[in-house]
Amino acid sequence: MTQQTVSPTARSPHAELEALALRVREHIIRMATKGGCFIGASLSCADLLVHLYSRVLRVSPETVADPNRDYLLLSKGHDVPALYGTLAELGYFPRERLKEHLKTTDSIYWHPNRAIPGIEFHSGSLGHLLSVGLGIALDVKRQQADNRVFVVLGDGECNEGSVWEGCLVAGAHKLDNLVAIVDRNEFQANIRTEELIPLEPLDAKFRAFGWAVKTIDGHSFAELEEAFAHLPYESGKPTAVIARTVRGKGLPSIERRADRWFVNFTAPEVEMLLKELHDGVASQLTSETLMVR
Amino acid sequence: MQLGRYEEILIDLARKSDRLMVMTAENRAAIRNLPGIIPERFIDVGICEQTMIGAAAGLALRGRTPIVHALATFLAFRAYEFIRTDVGIPGLPVKLVGAVAGFLSDGNGPTHQALEDLSLMRGIPGMHVFCPADEDELVGALPTLIENPAPWYVRYNVLPAAVPHTAPFQVGKAEVLAQGKDVTLLTYGFLLREAAKAKELLEAQHLSVGLVNMRMLKPLDEAAVLAAAKQSSLLVTIEDHFQTGGLYSALGETMLKHRQSARVLPIALEERWFKPGLLPDVLEHEGFTGAKLAQRIVRAL
Repeated sequence: MTQQTVSPTARSPHAELEALALRVREHIIRMATKGGCFIGASLSCADLLVHLYSRVLRVSPETVADPNRDYLLLSKGHDVPALYGTLAELGYFPRERLKEHLKTTDSIYWHPNRAIPGIEFHSGSLGHLLSVGLGIALDVKRQQADNRVFVVLGDGECNEGSVWEGCLVAGAHKLDNLVAIVDRNEFQANIRTEELIPLEPLDAKFRAFGWAVKTIDGHSFAELEEAFAHLPYESGKPTAVIARTVRGKGLPSIERRADRWFVNFTAPEVEMLLKELHDGVASQLTSETLMVR
Repeated sequence: MQLGRYEEILIDLARKSDRLMVMTAENRAAIRNLPGIIPERFIDVGICEQTMIGAAAGLALRGRTPIVHALATFLAFRAYEFIRTDVGIPGLPVKLVGAVAGFLSDGNGPTHQALEDLSLMRGIPGMHVFCPADEDELVGALPTLIENPAPWYVRYNVLPAAVPHTAPFQVGKAEVLAQGKDVTLLTYGFLLREAAKAKELLEAQHLSVGLVNMRMLKPLDEAAVLAAAKQSSLLVTIEDHFQTGGLYSALGETMLKHRQSARVLPIALEERWFKPGLLPDVLEHEGFTGAKLAQRIVRAL
């Protein structure tokens, strides 16, 4: 046979991460019931967290207390279902434990709690963890160690003055072991960032504060790989990665919807959304249990 | 350059333990020479109180004991939410040193008057609150408060000895300087000096006067308060703080908790900031000199 056969399903070089991200999104959807969760922001940073924990961070379930580990701090704490889903999938704690979401018998609630293995610090109040991260990074520098500190910020969170205080101080102290990642999903709680308090040009703002900056597609594992392959971008400068993302990514009926920030779905709706996640086709979601906060 | 005693002891403690980290939000009055002597143990974040507290929490997560310096108002108020959230919730061993609290802000005006700092700090679970009467008491307590695993708020005070101290510093213990049948004065911070003067003046009028240097508002020495209430027909709380949330409140909570009652005269700032000026003039104007305190107490007896 001279005719060449082309495989109809060429395996993606990132198939493993894509499959993991899909499972994390399933966890997020399952946490959006019986009290609900902040689904949109969780879905926007899922790929980012999956990539960081699988390919970048020097940390594992066995080394969560190792003084030489890399740190990840989730500053925009309400997207913690994505982090919990990632940690559970990677073996930091049993997946079964995610079913304890919002039960007072466990410690899994709407914001990160460091009682859960793999969670470095609690958050929930915006604009805190860049400062905490820079304190860790300062100590690492002073100990002449090579741990790196990653802080995930929300774009809405960048309204907080303390974020910019932190940027100023991190730049002044030349913390090139500090990496801020902005989940740039273009939404505050219920309003588009550019309609309320415009952030653009966001990259120029970080640059002006003495940071080295890259803007990437936060859902492309190829771009994520390239962005985090060689850190820091510039010696003596903290790194900012602006990850352009879609709020609600993976669920067409949720994506970019201002009214789907915090949601509390019924059990049948969860099943519809899981189907939607796998099919990529918007369901006829007509939830009466949506909670707009 | 002449080292202050506070600074000297801090440098000594830092040399003994690599856990200690000295921080400031560009307020170096207490630690002017320290950066040149132990630069590797010193961090100045600039005028960013919130970031200083977050960073101190980060350092504490790495096993350090940060001792942070700022003016009391900007530390306790501007960075309050960072203190309660990043230090209070996890109970990290961050030591918060607030300068020119209470009347010590003298001519600065109300922006610099920390008169609700103790109320706010007392409200944080696990926070220890220490108000030294003078430099002796401050430096005497430094090793203990740095070694103690709890977060601490300290009203920095390096004024000369208010009285000769009889009791070494102990966590949660007041210094009972005198017991009295007619009245017991309970106070903290540099006002101990004025209270001691008031005591002498009252004694000249043949009154039996007790004097208690509370030292800490949290944990409060409840036994000392209850004993004073049993011994004296009048208790007087003297403080450079709003009447709400300070010693008067803490005393009230203690009495209620133990189902005791007492006659109490609160001498504090009631619902207003004080008139700015030089410290001696402020004390005179606000009625906090020994003589004015004695007059106010005699009227209440």
